[in-house]
Amino acid sequence: MDSQEKSYIEIDPARCKGCACCVVACPKDCIQIGSEINQMGYQFARFAVRQCIGCGLCFYTCPEFGAITVYTLPRKGE
Amino acid sequence: MQSMKHSIKHQKAGSLYATFERKGPGAKSSHYCPGCGHGTVHNLIAEAIDDLGIQDRVVFCSPVGCSVFAYYYLDVGNIQCAHGRAPAVASAIRRTHEEAIVISYQGDGDLAGIGLSQILHAANRGENITVLFINNAIYGMTGGQMAPTTILAQKTITTPAGRTAANEGFPLHMAELINTLQAPVFIERVSLGTAAKVMRARAAIRKALRYQTKKKGFSFVEILSPCPVNWKMTPVEARRWLENSLEPVFPPGNLRDLPNAAPAALGAPGAPGATGVSGATGAPRVPGVSGAPGEPATPGAAEPVISQKAATKSERDILEILGANSEPLPTGTVSLAEEQNVKIAGFGGQGVLSTGILLANCAIAEGLRTTWLPSYGAEMRGGTANASVNISHEAIGAPIVSQPNVLLALNLPSLDAFEETVRPGGHILVNSSLVPRQVRRGDLHAWYIPATDMANALGTVQIASVIMVTVYALISGAITIDTLRRVIPLSIKRKSLVDINLRAIDAGVAWHRQECCQDFGRPRLPHVSVAGGTAPGATSEEPPVASSQDPSA
Amino acid sequence: MAQHLLKGNEAVIYGALLGGATHYFGYPITPASEIAHAAADLFPRCGRQFLQAECEVSSISMLYGAAAAGARAITGSSGPGLSLMAEGLSYLAACELPSVVVDVQRAGPGLGYIWPEQADYNFIVHGAGHGSQSGVVLAPNSAQEMCDCAYRAFALAERYRCTVFILADAYIGQIMEPVELPVTLQANPVKEWALSGDAAGRGNLITSIFMKVEELEERNRLLQEKYQRMAEEIVDFEEVETADADYLFVAYGISSRLCHSALHELRRKGIRAGMLRPKTLFPFPGKRLQELAGQVAKIAVVELSSGQMVRDVRLAVAGRVPVELYNWMGGRVPSTTEIVQRLEDSLAAGPGRSR
Repeated sequence: MDSQEKSYIEIDPARCKGCACCVVACPKDCIQIGSEINQMGYQFARFAVRQCIGCGLCFYTCPEFGAITVYTLPRKGE
Repeated sequence: MQSMKHSIKHQKAGSLYATFERKGPGAKSSHYCPGCGHGTVHNLIAEAIDDLGIQDRVVFCSPVGCSVFAYYYLDVGNIQCAHGRAPAVASAIRRTHEEAIVISYQGDGDLAGIGLSQILHAANRGENITVLFINNAIYGMTGGQMAPTTILAQKTITTPAGRTAANEGFPLHMAELINTLQAPVFIERVSLGTAAKVMRARAAIRKALRYQTKKKGFSFVEILSPCPVNWKMTPVEARRWLENSLEPVFPPGNLRDLPNAAPAALGAPGAPGATGVSGATGAPRVPGVSGAPGEPATPGAAEPVISQKAATKSERDILEILGANSEPLPTGTVSLAEEQNVKIAGFGGQGVLSTGILLANCAIAEGLRTTWLPSYGAEMRGGTANASVNISHEAIGAPIVSQPNVLLALNLPSLDAFEETVRPGGHILVNSSLVPRQVRRGDLHAWYIPATDMANALGTVQIASVIMVTVYALISGAITIDTLRRVIPLSIKRKSLVDINLRAIDAGVAWHRQECCQDFGRPRLPHVSVAGGTAPGATSEEPPVASSQDPSA
Repeated sequence: MAQHLLKGNEAVIYGALLGGATHYFGYPITPASEIAHAAADLFPRCGRQFLQAECEVSSISMLYGAAAAGARAITGSSGPGLSLMAEGLSYLAACELPSVVVDVQRAGPGLGYIWPEQADYNFIVHGAGHGSQSGVVLAPNSAQEMCDCAYRAFALAERYRCTVFILADAYIGQIMEPVELPVTLQANPVKEWALSGDAAGRGNLITSIFMKVEELEERNRLLQEKYQRMAEEIVDFEEVETADADYLFVAYGISSRLCHSALHELRRKGIRAGMLRPKTLFPFPGKRLQELAGQVAKIAVVELSSGQMVRDVRLAVAGRVPVELYNWMGGRVPSTTEIVQRLEDSLAAGPGRSR
């Protein structure tokens, strides 16, 4: 994703079971459950709204392994 | 697809395998149901392992339950444990590798049900391990049965109408139970109910593991975790129920945090907490927990911990400690007229068993074969004791002396019990100080030695049996007095008692000389001494003779 | 070498320590407690670990953990304790973890009492715990052999990656006899499969759960192959006066000591008795028994149980010669005379197979 936002997340559809915990966890309502179905048969979550602040709550709440990756712009000095 | 400017802030931990080959070739997803709390906790553990730089050192103990397959995911040393036993397994791993980071990961059935004993004792020993307790108030793997932590009115497959206190009792509060113990250094209950609470769980897990790396001691984190499938809820509903129904019963919070606890040495017996008898130490209990045991105590200065691990011993040290390289004693050259089957019997405290050991040690010193077999257990504790000692030139078969050719009867019950078992022609040595009757049989040799009186005259009653053995040695010829003198100092632990024992031998020799050798060679009836004891020889009107060399006597 | 007067229960700890034992975990029980007493004294003094566990379920689980971590771990107990260990013993066998377990048999069932019996035979020899698994079972009959068995037990356990049982009884545990100690200390080798808590052990996994039938079937097949290999490689027994024997005692442990006396008494009476004493009960010396069955007129199995080993003897002999059972239970230990009498009575009733 060639984002111009400060932060964004990537969701790996192959690892998501569509539990929606990330949807609830996100303080900016950036995540939605999509209508597509993955290979396991789950409607997986999608990063939909570009207001991500990179807080990582979706990442820490997610019960799967590596389904969510969080990206941010480096802070000044980094 | 990462832009040039962006960098990764959160990603799958390096301590998780890239793909989960143990689950299946190329597998990327977990085996957990959607919305299960286990995956969340696994992620938190893996991240902490990464950040603490301990991946190579971690040994992860999986329980029986849904998380039995944690080793699909965690790229660390893994062991799967029998149901509930992980804390015992972890304790032993800890005591094998001091630098290992040992994690016991357990569910509620595993830890609070079948393994309650193991968790309490590992915690109570203050094992330097980290226990992560996943409490979802239900059995997951077996399909939704009641757990020890199932709350009242909660419906499960085995409590279809809801758990009742009357039938199933109350849910167990494990964190509070652990908090009654002195040893643990960190006890906290956390919840996965909301994202913010997940972050608190993250902090607790990291702290528990960090304490372990600092060898502080036992840490316990109870994690309230959703089981949507068995709760029959959506993952989101499950988290709401967790917050609204489970958390009031199991309030999250820290129960103990002793950051200044002294490092627990390997297998340390010491408890880092305070030493009060109330048992509850450390941080204040969680407010609002009904029945939370113990009162707040000031986190005490840590007790010094003594390492059980002894200094490394060399092969030479160990051979020396065990006596494996000790030189043999020079052996005597006694020739036995016949195999000796000796029964020594008396009451507890008369040294019956130790006298038997002395006799057996003397036999070894004479270069003879020997066995010693005690009466033991409750029989011995009941007040009477006997020892069977065989002495032979040949390999000894049956070690039990059921038909002795020599009986040393130190009290009356012993004479009563064993007189009839002695083989015809054998010898009965009676402690006439305590036995108020004579030997009834006429087909054997009886010797009446006022051993207890003689021992008292020397200053201690305990050597009566040594006097008896000395007389036995003289009449049987099975061991020499020289050997007896040589062996006694080696077989007495308290060196201050050696002298009195040597004097007991002298007394036995003197008695034998006086009583048995005055009229050498003339067969006599068994010598009778007056019950109650008198000075040796004082009442002997008809002294006996040494007859062991002449069985026909 | 120097002879040390040791109890069987003590000798087993001397042997274990010289055999490289690193850990002792155990729970007290008569008539095995002196094992723990000796271990509590000697393990720490030798720089090794001793821990009294809260129960036998924990002691065997500790053995499991220590063995998985590459230690040489040993425990000692008696029947009631062994019953509790069944779970862990099955796991140890399934995960192929080398370990040593001493069973000083007492009279059962239930709490029974502390007298000798040999009634744990079926339980220990035919796979203590669930599943098709077993371990090497050594049968000492003296304090010296308690030491010797323990001394070689760890090497055996590691060779076959299994539990080695030392199946003693109350009298062999309680007896004191002169023991010559081994004069070299065995080292605990590094195991590449162990959980060593470092980079070398990171990829290692100890587990007994298999989600595919094929995998679990294969695990079972490998275990059975291993047991077969044991039978070919390490069967051990002692023969006493078998060369010209017409009648053969088969006995182990304390019973073999009684039979040793009995057969000499019988020979003094002109009855040519001999004895085969299994020193390994698993693997069982069935092949040698088959050969002897072709020589003798009668076999008498002497056991302190309902007759457990006698089934293995009958299986080996396969009806070639009458196999009689002289057994005592409940802690009764016969005198030599009683055993002699039993054989004499039997001979009076019939001489056995004619030759």
